Formats: sequence, structure tokens, C-alpha cells
Amino acid sequence: MDDKNLFGVACLFKDPNKLLPLVKKIRELGFKNWDVHSAYPLHGIPKAMRLKWSPLGYIALIFGLSGASFGLFLTWWTMSVDYPLIIGGKPWFSFPAFVPVLFELTVLLASVGTAIVMLFVIFKLPNNRHPLNDTEYMKKVSSEYYGLVVESKDPNFDYDRIVSIFKEYEPSEILDINYQELELKYQPKVFDWKFILFLVIISAATSAFAYFYNNKVLYLPPFDFMLNQFKLKPQESSTLFSDNFGMRIPVAGTVARGEKFYPFKGKPEEAGTKLVNTLEPSEENLKLGQQKYNTFCSPCHGWRGEGDSRLNGQFPNPPSLHTEKLRNWPDGRIYHVIVEGQNIMPSYARLLSEKERWAIVLYIRALQRSLNAKQEDLQ
Amino acid sequence: MIENTTVLYQKKEIPIRILHLGFVFLAIGVIGSIIGFVVEPARTSFNFVVLIAWCASIGTGSLFFIGIEYLSGAVWSVPFRRVAEVNSAVIFTLPLLIVPVLLNIHSVFHWSHAEEVLKDEILKGKSSYLNPSFFVLRIILIIALWFLFKSLFTKHSRKQDFTFEQSLTKKNTIVSAVFMPVFAVTLTIFAIDWLMSLEPHWYSTIFGVYYFAGTFLAALGLFTFASIKLNESGYLLEGLGQDHYYSMGALLFAFTNFWAYIAFSQFMLIWYANLPEETFWYITRGTGTWMYFSLGIIFVKFVVPYIALLPQPAKMDPKRLKFISLWILFAHYYDLFWIVMPTYSKDYFVFGWIEISSILLGIGLIIVNFYYFANKTNLIPIGDPKLKRAIEFHL
Repeated sequence: MDDKNLFGVACLFKDPNKLLPLVKKIRELGFKNWDVHSAYPLHGIPKAMRLKWSPLGYIALIFGLSGASFGLFLTWWTMSVDYPLIIGGKPWFSFPAFVPVLFELTVLLASVGTAIVMLFVIFKLPNNRHPLNDTEYMKKVSSEYYGLVVESKDPNFDYDRIVSIFKEYEPSEILDINYQELELKYQPKVFDWKFILFLVIISAATSAFAYFYNNKVLYLPPFDFMLNQFKLKPQESSTLFSDNFGMRIPVAGTVARGEKFYPFKGKPEEAGTKLVNTLEPSEENLKLGQQKYNTFCSPCHGWRGEGDSRLNGQFPNPPSLHTEKLRNWPDGRIYHVIVEGQNIMPSYARLLSEKERWAIVLYIRALQRSLNAKQEDLQ
Repeated sequence: MIENTTVLYQKKEIPIRILHLGFVFLAIGVIGSIIGFVVEPARTSFNFVVLIAWCASIGTGSLFFIGIEYLSGAVWSVPFRRVAEVNSAVIFTLPLLIVPVLLNIHSVFHWSHAEEVLKDEILKGKSSYLNPSFFVLRIILIIALWFLFKSLFTKHSRKQDFTFEQSLTKKNTIVSAVFMPVFAVTLTIFAIDWLMSLEPHWYSTIFGVYYFAGTFLAALGLFTFASIKLNESGYLLEGLGQDHYYSMGALLFAFTNFWAYIAFSQFMLIWYANLPEETFWYITRGTGTWMYFSLGIIFVKFVVPYIALLPQPAKMDPKRLKFISLWILFAHYYDLFWIVMPTYSKDYFVFGWIEISSILLGIGLIIVNFYYFANKTNLIPIGDPKLKRAIEFHL
């Protein structure tokens, strides 16, 4: 406690109206390092202090404008370029629909950005080292008093003169404000173990709550109302139709839109002789075949068609596609299996278009030749 | 209880040249409109609808301003309340404007043709509300209610100048509390009757709010202009200045944003839902020469006032405020013109001597009204208990 330094001299008023003439007087005397403190904004004080305009307005403007341009970029990129969706028959880039997003982002960035700049750049949080902090003076101006401090580093600072000026205005109290050198070097203990523990507990509690809420609570009645909607899901029964089937069988003798009539239903041998692969074995088609094979076939047939299923025995493994029998099958025979299925394999006609099926056939041929190359492939 | 304080207020007469100026506008407007009613009664009636909605905006918006001052206990606006009271007297001119339109009701309101209504299923459904006799009854009732509240406000306020009774402020607060819901309902009905029913097939559920946003803006515009002008010429008290102006500027700015918010909400929902019975209203205004007029409204009523009032010093600068408040006052006229006139001329934008003479008539009415009512009272409510605090008001 020996290294007491004088930070400044302060006076306290109970009546804010008495403070105003003193503020004017101090300003007129040309003091530079002085400040006024009160628990709430006092009308007229900033003007009497001749405070400069805060730069915060421009910061808000910059943040607002960047929010608006980011919003414009976001909506343009997501809605018109990356994932265009038709909504109500509007154009990809329909500005009126984006305005709410722009508005929200402008307001959000302007307010949050301004608050962060104010707290962490202008107020320098978490700096806790200002000599005025934790003083009797600060406690009083935070409740019922209004105070004014002239700092000792002011070039015109003269203790006795200032006290005599203060006395002219009849303040309730005149205080010296002292601080210790040590105080200024104090670092806030952000990495204190208690603080870290607090953060850990809070984050664990929040995560646990979020987990239980999203994975358990939402599946309990009555919160699960979104799960029970008045619509039919696959395999559900329905009382609307007399046979109680929710899924409908296509009407006999019709072909779905975009589909072609398949004439070899139940006639695999005929399909094998009569169907011809119309696709060129070009790189593009093989790429398509590879992609579709990897997506739809490889789970059971394996990446290379060796029958090494990735399904861990949930289904019996299919035979290899490299057997002599399959290598001698015509293209149409393989195509037929994709369309109709075979044994446990279901039909893939609904998942793959005609071109994709033929592309898969091409890719299977390429796989077969990769293990059992013909003589001319080696030259 | 706050002590009553007497202030040094010397009433000054408004110079007679203001009246002369008003009469010049009024004379041109009246002559132009009379000729207009003879030559092109339909077009002049449509212009009168714009004028009626504009004057109703200024009058009722001022009443609303007085109401919120009492209800919120606002301090800064007390020395200027008389300006709002004087402006609210514009509603007394409404009957003069409404009668000629009612005489030409068939050329303005499509639903007033009984034989057309019979042919039209939608209008038949609406005919229990949209029929001439009920329409006339409604407007009489609405105007009577406005007159009633206007006279109650002014009576109590003026009485306070002599009696200094603080209970009169309390009385007016109660009047305001009753007035608010009445204002909301009457203004919505007025907007639906006089503006929305011009296209009787069209409806927008936000229309009442839309008209209210413009209403308060117009009233604030005239209020700000008149207050600053009077204060600068020394008709009010010493010590009123920047801090009070800032509050006016902030209100203008806030309601400019509010209007834009409401206007965009109305547009976006109709645009998005894309229902033919709603969109045709915007399609009429979005095609041909009306398109440019419609795009102009974005700049005239939002972009220009917004940018002009955005910086904090701009809201205190009397010069800029005077300009922008008049701008906003006429932007509201522009807005109403945009709502009304495409019904008269669907294909192309119209502007001629009839339009000019009705604008001049409106300006003349406001000036003459201001002269008469401002000279009738003190321009400062000297008996108001909040007056001293209002003069000392600082930001």
C-alpha cells in the first residue's frame, strides 16, 4: 500500500443540475483529462463537455452495409447458383424474396458488430485495470451520485486550485482517487481453473440438454406431433382404399410418365438375345456407369463386382460378377436382371433410367475385363 | 405533483401576408377545381379523393400525435403541441371536399352502380358493406368522431391556458386513451372506403396500417416544418432548439422506416402469393408509364428521406429538417396519387392542370386553416404543467 499514486481529484453531487455549471466551468478553464460519471445518460452533459461525435455510427454503417452485401451474396449464391429451386414459379434471382434476408442480416450485423466493437475495442473489455474501478467514487456514481474527475496527468493540474473550484459549486463530497502501480499490471485470470471448469460444466450441460431435447423429448407425445402427419408414408395402410393399401399398384396396361414399356417381362432369354446396348463405351458413359454402380450395386456386389458385400451378412452375398457364366451372358441378359431383379435382388427399374442401366452394363463389362482381360487388351 | 410555472410568453399575430399567400393558392385551386368539375368531373373527383385522403392524413395524424404525447407523457413536444392542434383543424375542411365527390360517386366508385353489382358475384357478396347509403353514413360517423375528439382535445388544452388546472392534462390523457382505438378503427375504415374500395375486387389486409404509416408521416412533416418555422421566427419560446428538433427528426426517420417496412410487406406478400385477385392492383401500377411512377415512390418516400435523415447531425439541422419535412409531406401526396389515380387512368400516367389545381387547393386550405386557427390561440400551451421541463429538455 506504500506506492499510492494520485489518479485525480473528484467531486460528487446529489443533484445533476448542480453538476452542469461545473462541467461548463471545467471545460472553459481548458482542462484536457477529465470526465463525468453518472448511473444513466444525463441530458445536456455531452454537449456541455463538447464531446466529439462517437465513431460508432460509422462502424454501425460499415457493419450494416457488409451485412447487406453478405446477405445479397448468400441469397444469390444459394438460390440462383449453387442450388436453384423453383419457388412459386419465380425467377432464380427474385430480389423481393431476398429483401427480408438482407434486412435481417443488415440489422443483425449492424447491432452485434457495433456492440462488439463498443465493448471490446472502445471499452477494451476484459480490461479491468482502470484506476477508477473498484473505488469508493465509482460505487457512489453507480447509485445516487453524479461525479466529475479531473485527472492528475492533466497539464493544468493543480490540486489546491481544483479543490477550490469544486468548493465554489457546493458538492456533496470531494474525494482523492489513488491507485497502486500493481493494479495497472493486473491481468484478468481468464485461464483460472475455476473459470475453465465453469465453462466445461456449462457446455456439457448445454450439450446434454440439446441432445435429450432433440433426440428424446421431441419423440415423446405430445411433442412428436410433427412425426404424425396426415399423410401416407411408404408401406403404411390406408382406409381410403378398399384394399387398405397405402401404396398403389399402377393401373393395368399403363406406363408411367417418362418410362418405356418393357416387353420382355419374365422372358430373360429373349431379352438376352433381342436387347442391344445402344451406348458407346465412351469415357463419359463409363463414368456414369461407375457412379451408378458404386451407388446402387456395390453395396452387395462389392466395389469390383467380386460379391464381397459391405452389408456384414444382413443379406446373403451374391455370386461374383466375374464367373464364366456371367462373362458369357449377353448385355441384354444383364440388363434384364437390373430391370426385373433376380432371386433376392429387387428390381432397380425405378431407381435407374434406361441410359443409366446400360451404362452400368458397360461398367460391369469393363470390370470383367479388368480381371479376365482378352488377348487383344494386352497388346 | 409538479409545480406550475409561469413562462414569459408574448403572443404574436401571424402576419396577414400568410393569409394572402394562402388565398392565392386557394383561389387558383378553387377556380381550377370548379372548371375541372364542369369539364372533366370524373378526373377531378379522383383528384379530390387524393386530396381528401391527404387532408384527413394531416388532420388525424396530428390528433394521433397529440394523443401519444398525452399517453406517453412526452415532455419535449409540449411547446409544439399547439402546432399539432392547429394542424388537426384541417379535418374541418373535409366535408367541403367530400361533398363534390359524393355528388360524383358513380364516376369514382365502381361498386356504387347497382346494376353492375348485380352482374358481379364478388361485388354482390360485398354489397352489404359497399353500398352508397352505408358508405355515406360511415363517412359522416367517422368525421363526426374526429370532430368530437379534436374539439375535446382543444377545449381542454385551451382552457388550461387560463385556469392552469393540472386535472385538465389528466382529462386529456383519458380522452387520448379513448381516442386511440377509435382512431385505429376509423382510420382503417376510412382507408378501406376511400382508397381500397376504388378497386372493389382488390383487397389487402395490411392496407389500414399502410395508410396509417403515411398518415403519421404527413402529419409529422407538416408539424416539423411549421414548428421549426415558427420557432425560428420567434413565435414560440426562447430555449427551444436542437434537442427538440432532434426528436422531430428521429420520429420522421423512424416512421419513414416504418412506412417502408409496411409498404414492402404489402408488396412482397402479394408478389409471393401471386393470386390474380390481388396482383392485378400491382400489375396496373407496374406496367406502362405507371411503372416509372411506382419505382419513383421507392426513392421519393423512402430512399431520399432515409439517406437525408440517417446521420445524427442531420436530425438536428433545422435547414435540412425543414426541407425534408416538406418533402415527406408531399411524398405522402405522391403515395396517395399512386394509390388512387391508376384506377382512373389504367394505361398511362396522367398529370395536368386539374392535378395541379387540386394540389394548390390542398396547400391553400392548409395555409388558410393554419392562419385562422393559429391566431385563435396561444401558440404555447402556457398552462401545461410539463412546459418548464419541456423547455429545459436536453438530449
